[in-house]
Amino acid sequence: MNIKILKLLEKDARMSVKDIALICDMSEKDVEKEISEMQSQGIIRGHRSVIDWEKVDSSMVSAIIELKVTPAAGLGFEEVAERISGYDEVESVYLMSGACDLIVVVRGRTFHEVANFVAKELAVIDSVTSTATQFIMRRYKETGVEMRDSEDDGRGKIFI
Amino acid sequence: MINYENIVSDAISEIKPSGIRKFFDSANTMEGVISLGVGEPDFRTPWQVRHAAIRSLEKGATRYTSNMGLEELRGELCRYVSRKYGVEYSPKNEVLITVGGSEAVDAALRAVINPGDEVIIPQPSYVCYEPMTKLCHGVPKIINTKAENGFKLTAEELKESITPRTKALILPYPSNPTGAIMEREDLEAVRDVLMDTDIMVISDEIYAELTFGGKKHISIASLEGMKERTILVNGFSKAFSMTGWRLGYAMGPAEIMKHIIKIHQYAIMCAPTTSQLAAIEALRSCDGDVENMREEYDRRRKIMVNGFNELGLTCPEPKGAFYAFPSIKPTGMSSDEFCERLLYEKKVALVPGNAFGESGEGFVRASYCYSIAHIREALKRIGEFIAERR
Repeated sequence: MNIKILKLLEKDARMSVKDIALICDMSEKDVEKEISEMQSQGIIRGHRSVIDWEKVDSSMVSAIIELKVTPAAGLGFEEVAERISGYDEVESVYLMSGACDLIVVVRGRTFHEVANFVAKELAVIDSVTSTATQFIMRRYKETGVEMRDSEDDGRGKIFI
Repeated sequence: MINYENIVSDAISEIKPSGIRKFFDSANTMEGVISLGVGEPDFRTPWQVRHAAIRSLEKGATRYTSNMGLEELRGELCRYVSRKYGVEYSPKNEVLITVGGSEAVDAALRAVINPGDEVIIPQPSYVCYEPMTKLCHGVPKIINTKAENGFKLTAEELKESITPRTKALILPYPSNPTGAIMEREDLEAVRDVLMDTDIMVISDEIYAELTFGGKKHISIASLEGMKERTILVNGFSKAFSMTGWRLGYAMGPAEIMKHIIKIHQYAIMCAPTTSQLAAIEALRSCDGDVENMREEYDRRRKIMVNGFNELGLTCPEPKGAFYAFPSIKPTGMSSDEFCERLLYEKKVALVPGNAFGESGEGFVRASYCYSIAHIREALKRIGEFIAERR
């Protein structure tokens, strides 16, 4: 495991092996080896782009759904959390402390689609005792990336 | 018609504006330029510092401070300099808060120079020392530091430059533009030369927080016998990404600080209050931010240095500041020619090394105050530029 590589990839999954090698004072071969090891160990779970869908399709909606769940004997919340994680519509599933048990982030093409999914798929699960759906109105920051166009930073081109 | 040529003083009319005006102007107005030309951090001032300033304005803290600067800030600064560089100063009479490091250099020079006095200035270095000396009717004595010495100031060079009229030595390390730093043994050699003289060191340590490869900055004032001969200049611009706040400081023996303070009192009154209040927060809570910025600069530094060397533009590893200073001699072009052609043909802006003194000829300054993607793109274009000439 190499924390330095992980931190670089967490910030920029597309950073080249060459740049990682230079920054970490390693050979490119060793970097490649470390990365593939961390992938096979499940430390690196995937690489995704942060997309501002509002720029592409403004009707795309997401909701955060708070679920209260009766834990199953012996299995706790695992069984229901894994079942919910299986849906393609579901972006994230978290076990929570506090008032609700699970938070589920759901994305759909329309408001209706999300509402339907909650009513027909989530609310009907036996162990789910209640749902509270909150639609996301606007994203300002997503996994560390600010969702706004970079402004000119005000610096000139040449300044001694 | 008034004849302004008769109005303007000889001292100022003889001073040229910094850099190569025409080239700089076209770089700044051209569209689509990708620049490595700016000596200013790209990071924003840490949020808690900005917030401290906002809070101070909300509370209406908008009056002058003491001429020397807020007592609380001077106290924090002395603790900071003690913990970072191991030099002890008294907040009572050995510290002055200035408008950027530049004002501190200016006031220090004005406090020591009589007409005809000599000031030793190692070059390539930041552009202000020579004109400031001339404005005091002093005589700049330039030392052309050498690439083979890593652009460090050597004891021999210093010894050769000293005359009975030498008043001060400017010590501008970590260096803009070369990225050179002076390590302990380098500074000790300088100290040994100065020990039996009455020469004051004006040590411009504005890049002190930006040293790499585990080399911590050493202030010459921390060497035995040197505090009494040193005016230490530093500021908030580079360390805390606070360029626009215009805040710096000078520290030195009370006997000389009392004169520097007079200059500041009459010329400036006091440094901006909002900036001073923000700076207190910077000193108290930004060690982590400074460390993060340094780590990011270090990443970029490695990529840039490797990039230039791969292009055949020899670039020794800069140990401080945020500049690479590669040699462009293999191209056969002068620094001006290289930078101008590169700008017009590939729209990449670099600063010709000779803008920092004639010993910078044959080199260019590239700043890594830019994202890695930006640096990669610039290197790609420079690579094309060089390939087209082979």
